[in-house]
Amino acid sequence: MSGRRVSDRGRIDRSRSISFRFDGQAYSGYAGDTLASALLANGITLFGRSFKYHRPRGVLTAGIDEPNALVTVIRDGMREANIPATQLEIYDGLVAESQNRFPSLAFDIGAVNQLAGPVFSAGFYYKTFMGPVIGPLRGTRFWMFCEWFIRRAAGLGRADHARDAARYQRMNAHCDVLVVGSGPAGLAAARAAANAGKNVILAELDPVAGGSAKWSGETIDGKPAAEWAAAQAEALAEMDNVRLLTRTHVWGYYDGNTLAALERVGDHTLTATPGEPRHRHWVIRAGTVVLTTGAFERPIVFPGNDRPGVMLAGAAQRYAAEFGVLPGRRIALFTNNDSAYAAAAELSAAGAEIAAIVDTRQVISAGVRDLAARAGGELLLGQAVSATKGGKALTGVTVQRLDPVTGTASGEKRTVAADCLAMSGGWSPAIHLASQAGAAPKWNDDLQAFLPPDPAQPWLGAGAFAGDTNTADALRSGRNAGARAAGGRASRSQPAKVEAPKLDPFPAPVFEIRPTEGSSGKALVDHQLDVTAEDVRLAHREGFHSVEHLKRYTTLGMATDQGKTSNVPGLAIMANARGISIPEAGTTRFRPPFAPVSLGSLAAERFGDVSPDRLTPMHDWHVDHGAEMMPAGLWHRPRIYGLPGETLEQAYVREAKTVREGVGMVDVSTLGKIAVKGPDAAEFLDRVYTNKFSTLPVGKARYGLMLREDGLVLDDGTTWRLGENDFLMTTTTAAAGKVMQHLECLLDVHWPDLKVALTSVSDQWAGAAISGPDARRVLERAVQGTRVDNETLPFMGIVYGEVDGAPVTICRLSFSGELAYEVYCGAGHGTHVWEALLAAGEPFGILPYGMEALGTLRIEKGHVTGAEIDGRVTARDLYLDWMLSKKKPFVGSAMMDREGLVDENRIRLVGIISLDGLPLGGGAHIVEANSHAEPNESIGHITAFCYSPVLAKYIGLALVKGGKARHGQRAFIADPLRKRYGPVEIVSHHFFDPEGSRMHG
Amino acid sequence: MRISCPYCGTRDVAEFTYQGDATITRPDPASTDQNTWNAFVYDRANPAGKHSELWQHSGGCRTHLVVERDTVTHVITSVAFAGAKRKPVSAAAPKRKAPARKAATRGKAPS
Repeated sequence: MSGRRVSDRGRIDRSRSISFRFDGQAYSGYAGDTLASALLANGITLFGRSFKYHRPRGVLTAGIDEPNALVTVIRDGMREANIPATQLEIYDGLVAESQNRFPSLAFDIGAVNQLAGPVFSAGFYYKTFMGPVIGPLRGTRFWMFCEWFIRRAAGLGRADHARDAARYQRMNAHCDVLVVGSGPAGLAAARAAANAGKNVILAELDPVAGGSAKWSGETIDGKPAAEWAAAQAEALAEMDNVRLLTRTHVWGYYDGNTLAALERVGDHTLTATPGEPRHRHWVIRAGTVVLTTGAFERPIVFPGNDRPGVMLAGAAQRYAAEFGVLPGRRIALFTNNDSAYAAAAELSAAGAEIAAIVDTRQVISAGVRDLAARAGGELLLGQAVSATKGGKALTGVTVQRLDPVTGTASGEKRTVAADCLAMSGGWSPAIHLASQAGAAPKWNDDLQAFLPPDPAQPWLGAGAFAGDTNTADALRSGRNAGARAAGGRASRSQPAKVEAPKLDPFPAPVFEIRPTEGSSGKALVDHQLDVTAEDVRLAHREGFHSVEHLKRYTTLGMATDQGKTSNVPGLAIMANARGISIPEAGTTRFRPPFAPVSLGSLAAERFGDVSPDRLTPMHDWHVDHGAEMMPAGLWHRPRIYGLPGETLEQAYVREAKTVREGVGMVDVSTLGKIAVKGPDAAEFLDRVYTNKFSTLPVGKARYGLMLREDGLVLDDGTTWRLGENDFLMTTTTAAAGKVMQHLECLLDVHWPDLKVALTSVSDQWAGAAISGPDARRVLERAVQGTRVDNETLPFMGIVYGEVDGAPVTICRLSFSGELAYEVYCGAGHGTHVWEALLAAGEPFGILPYGMEALGTLRIEKGHVTGAEIDGRVTARDLYLDWMLSKKKPFVGSAMMDREGLVDENRIRLVGIISLDGLPLGGGAHIVEANSHAEPNESIGHITAFCYSPVLAKYIGLALVKGGKARHGQRAFIADPLRKRYGPVEIVSHHFFDPEGSRMHG
Repeated sequence: MRISCPYCGTRDVAEFTYQGDATITRPDPASTDQNTWNAFVYDRANPAGKHSELWQHSGGCRTHLVVERDTVTHVITSVAFAGAKRKPVSAAAPKRKAPARKAATRGKAPS
């Protein structure tokens, strides 16, 4: 085949030359070309090697259904594989490579697989590699040996490891009417709905609207169809209530008429337009959907049907009419229906020589005979192509007489010289979206195709999608669908007049040609995954009859094209093998996506620097003062405020020491804060906490514990009584959302009679905790309007005052075990108050401290956090039984005493001391014997660890079987992942100041 | 899937949090009967078809809604405020009508 450009056709812009590279070679094309059309115009026919057999492959189609011509695009140093050349628009600087060939496309070592063809039939892997090792050539071990070679030889493009620097975007859209596909039916539908004043989105996967009008060569409304379509699209785009999305494929149809679409915003230019993403993921919620997705042409299955130069007739017509490229000089056609005659006429008019038209039918209509005469070339009726000739490019086809009953070709072989064979096996409506949205499709015997199912969601279909077989019908059904989608009625007026040759729409039921004598090679059904007709029959012989089994056993219809060209021929061959009809054989359900979707578009704006962050009011201060920040959920919290040259451990030990010996301050703004108000607030808290809150005096705080309904611990925290009916509940940072939802559910669903209002105020208050022996002295200097002595502000007391003019609420609480206060102010005053407190603390050497020091202080005290409250522990496991009120029921009280939850031998809270002077590890197991080689039974695990400055040892908290009963025992840490083994002592979790004299002092 | 929140209007399911089976009733808090509590915490019917479930509009008004939904087709037939049909909390308390929160019910959701 040798393609060439013609001078008088197509929508390409011949004034704009585009240069690009394919496999290292420079080529040029015109603006508007796809990579496929530009390469065809340059005489390139070989586009890639096939998946399994490394057979040379050219282009089969001209669109999104392409199984063969897949290329890798290299852009910004990143490789993207498996892009159909038929869809890839060329741009200046485009670099593309063919796939699955080594060392080069023309000379491919892997092609030796073709010689071993019979070995690699369906089920090859299962048969060769599964099961026990019997002899040298069977079994899983053999697979492990061969895997590397096979993985290298098979496959398509390779994924890249480079970071994707492109930006992606997500858009939500609502419309009254979504029209999918902008062929004549889609344009008519969009126009009708838009004229009725509806909000319309029209999505078109090609860069230019018009669908078949762009290449049909018909006349609509007195104008060439392509011009008519361009004018229609332009008029629509100018309407305020219409959004025309080109380069957009709708790929998913979900519940509630929600559809997903991918807009390829920047794939057709070398550099992205500033502010524009590469891809845009659309979530479209449509009142009504009009599906005008057209139809895909089917190949005919015959030996050698994958040789470069063999393509679909509609694709050949499209290359000539839309891109001004003749895919061959001497073109033969092979068809079972009338549509290929229109292609022959177009190709002939464009300047190609028509070698022959081979038709499987004995009898054709007079109109088609006229077309054949106009096209020239021999008309061979009742015959079929039974083989192709040539190496990496087609040189001719073998034609034999066809037995229409058995589908076998026999008798005298005639060779017709041709460098391109354009074939048509009929048309299959693109019912993918309709199938996703509902029931099984319906077979139509006349059209030999599956038609869309009855709608289970509000959609309407029109055009070739719905089985229309000519443009006039498509215009009428499209217009009527658009009017009905807009809530109106079908119009009786005549749609635009169409001039087109009159064709018989019904194909002959021929799917496969089987030569009776002489094996002439593989007859491909699924070109992309190298599934042959023989593979389908093998699946049948081996009992894989159902279409779902057929698909999985042979991989028919898998891969990136999802069987757009192979689906129906594959079914037909299986149905034939089983001696049943195609509808009896059934069809697989289509699932999203209709065509490949970039992962980037799905993750759009939810990762990296565009994901949401929660920052405390003092965030900038921390960063400015050398804090190393760490994530805590969406929050960012200071980890340490390291000095130059300090290690992480040195920094947190220094910070923790400062707190124990002087005074330190930590940002606690991230704690969950819930305002609980209303006449029943105290009663409500009594029900949700294990301990009583109705007895709490106003102006005091109390530590509380919450269980889940199943009796396990949900969260802990302090709750402050600010007024008779006014409480401020605090939760751990991580559980804030969970606790809020738990409380709301109880109030809304189970206790709607309680008069309580809950408000999340986490972000409204900034909090600073000041801890250390000097904490009170700092407050005395900083706070006006209240005294902070032990009388006025006892342990768990609350006072109100001012810090440098800003109102504050101070509660005397301690997480560190030291004399400590939490100072809260409005978030807007956060940094102001923080700085004022630090200034007041300066004479005492106050230092800010981070999460590591906070953790160290609480481990030394044996206070629990989310690391211990992991959803599996009970209050007893944490030795918090004293908080379980016996005087009242509370959430979880009925379930917490179940047999398995009160077992003394559950894993329970203990302290751990490292005996070898080495650090412990979070998550490490505790075992009873120190053996690296053999696994030991785990008796628990470490939940938190640190270096304790007060004990001068590495210590940790752990949940260990039996808990207290093991105090004083020796055990071992076993951490195989980090290779840490060593002796530990199990002790009480109250390492430091168990009486609490420091915080009460 | 979209849910018509009686406060906020029709919103995407991404704004809602599933909060469980709406057909179960919390036992009398004073009860210590393990079977009753076990049924409340664990026993679920998992029907294929019509189901009454709780959804919280967590990305909106945060109200809990009772949504009648077909688990096979995802068709929602009604949405109402939760709590309206519930019994008072304590079995000891006299049975009375639920608080007068108007249960806004919508017809067939625009699926």
